[in-house]
Amino acid sequence: MPLYEVLLQQFANGLILGSFYALVALGYSMVYGVIKLLNFAHGDLYMVGAFAGFGALSLLSGWLGGGWGGIVPAMLFSMLAVGVLGVIIDRVAYRPLREAPKLSVLITALAVSMLLENVALAFTGGQYTAFTTSLGFAGINFGLVHVTWTQMVLVGTSVVLMVVLELFVSGTRHGKAMRAIAIDQDACRLMGIDVDRTIALTFLIGSALAAAAGVLAGVYYGSINFFMGFLIGLKAFTAAVIGGIGSIPGAMMGGILLGLLEAFGTQIPGIGSEWKDVFVFAFLILFLVFRPTGLLGRPEVERM
Amino acid sequence: MSEAAVRIGRPSWSIRRAAGVAVLLAALAAVPSFANNYYLEVLSEAWFYVLLCLGLNIVVGFAGLLDLGYAAFFAVGAYTAGIVTLRLGLSFWLSLPISVAMASIAGVVIGGPTLRLRSDYLAIVTLGFGEMVRISVRNLAVTGGASGLVGIKRPSIFGYHLDSIGAYYYIFLLLAVLGVAGSHRLENSRIGRAWKYVRSDEDAARAMGINHAMVKLAAYILGAIFAAIGGCFYAAKMTAISPETFSFNQSLLILLGVVLGGRGKIPGVILGALVIVIFPELFRDIGSMRMLVFAISLLLIMLFRPAGIWPEKWR
Repeated sequence: MPLYEVLLQQFANGLILGSFYALVALGYSMVYGVIKLLNFAHGDLYMVGAFAGFGALSLLSGWLGGGWGGIVPAMLFSMLAVGVLGVIIDRVAYRPLREAPKLSVLITALAVSMLLENVALAFTGGQYTAFTTSLGFAGINFGLVHVTWTQMVLVGTSVVLMVVLELFVSGTRHGKAMRAIAIDQDACRLMGIDVDRTIALTFLIGSALAAAAGVLAGVYYGSINFFMGFLIGLKAFTAAVIGGIGSIPGAMMGGILLGLLEAFGTQIPGIGSEWKDVFVFAFLILFLVFRPTGLLGRPEVERM
Repeated sequence: MSEAAVRIGRPSWSIRRAAGVAVLLAALAAVPSFANNYYLEVLSEAWFYVLLCLGLNIVVGFAGLLDLGYAAFFAVGAYTAGIVTLRLGLSFWLSLPISVAMASIAGVVIGGPTLRLRSDYLAIVTLGFGEMVRISVRNLAVTGGASGLVGIKRPSIFGYHLDSIGAYYYIFLLLAVLGVAGSHRLENSRIGRAWKYVRSDEDAARAMGINHAMVKLAAYILGAIFAAIGGCFYAAKMTAISPETFSFNQSLLILLGVVLGGRGKIPGVILGALVIVIFPELFRDIGSMRMLVFAISLLLIMLFRPAGIWPEKWR
């Protein structure tokens, strides 16, 4: 394969990977922006979303078929279910600790993450579950590079979700309330904003996006497992930091950038796929050293 | 002597307390004479985790920095011992100073660039660092790749070959006792007070002239040294080490020990370490469900006792 076609192929791969990262990064970034909590369980919501979507698709495929006609309702169901799960997690595990030291809340988030992983482990027995769909490999050829319709729909769906989110946060009353809480929670209470409800809404949306990414990833890779959320959670956080945590366009940019970096990183001689995660984390550390606020983040002073 | 202790705010040891500790140590030292191998194995592991948790407690408890990649330092110690004895053919005892040096370097490498960051960033960077170390040892030839290092020779001391479980029981008990004593001395030293000051208010600490970067770096390095020394003896005891021992779950387990018991309080951390080793043994019957039970207990403890089972008193 000539070099430019290799690069084009990696560009397509990177874009798909990046749109998954971006969807997960958005939830991280929103929750962090609003309550300054690093929600370790977020990656696991992506995993739960994949399983919920898989379950719904198994039930629906006899009726709606295993193509997009079945996948879209399954994805919407999964988004709703995981969105509600996110709200429940916030209510049970995080809300009682709003005023607690940061370390306690972080550890609670780790406990929730462990809980979700082990529940999924208990249900699946640690096996890989095949996520079968009836989507074919038809698509468009660009020279030797073949891009399937599925891949294009995946990226398109991610972009639509991100645009809707951005419109919601920048254009509606609820979005405005979220942005206000990110700046000053106490002032919001004085202004009559229902802070707890807005935080719950943030969890609902963030978790639903992670679930969407989980279903899309299941469709794309064709297999899901209980541990799939761990690494993507880590990388989505990296993406959120690169973009500037708390910034929605930043999370999208960071996700796509990270996906492309990872795809092209595997092409650099001496890196290869086994070293790609080292490459990603090294990039994160360098990024934090030289530009800790990320691409689009504002400088922030901690606890003065 | 006791006047000096009072002057620097350390509770002076009463005779009764010293006697209590002596009796306890004597009882623990007598365990191998009646316990079977299973108990010795579990207890050796418990002492080993006491050492690791005390090391992490320096970082998380004393200095208040969340480290999610602590297993990396444990890996540095274990792999240094493996490489020194297997690849270089040197004595095991040489691997102790070498791994202390390596762990200090690792502490500086991870601590240096990240100390200016916000605390949550630090958490994720340490997590990433832990994964980097694990992936690196899995892919490098010198560390034996995915299968790790096998056939590490057990050391001898004063002509006595350390190859029984009883010997390792004493080694890890000794390390744990040294860890407790070292932690206690550190906690009440100048740097221990600086850690707690930085933890409760970094800006005020800086205003008082504490070099916050150096103080945090010292916490990283000292914590890393605890794990590295533990790692050397772990390699000697197991004679085989593989990358997956040093996964994120390992870091998480050590962190759980620190947090469950009560971060920042030495008896609390010891209790936490014993819980993380003994709890899964008690619930061996429920197999894979035990991590689930563990996660739920951790959640409940955080919700109802956010500072741990046996928390530190704020003076």
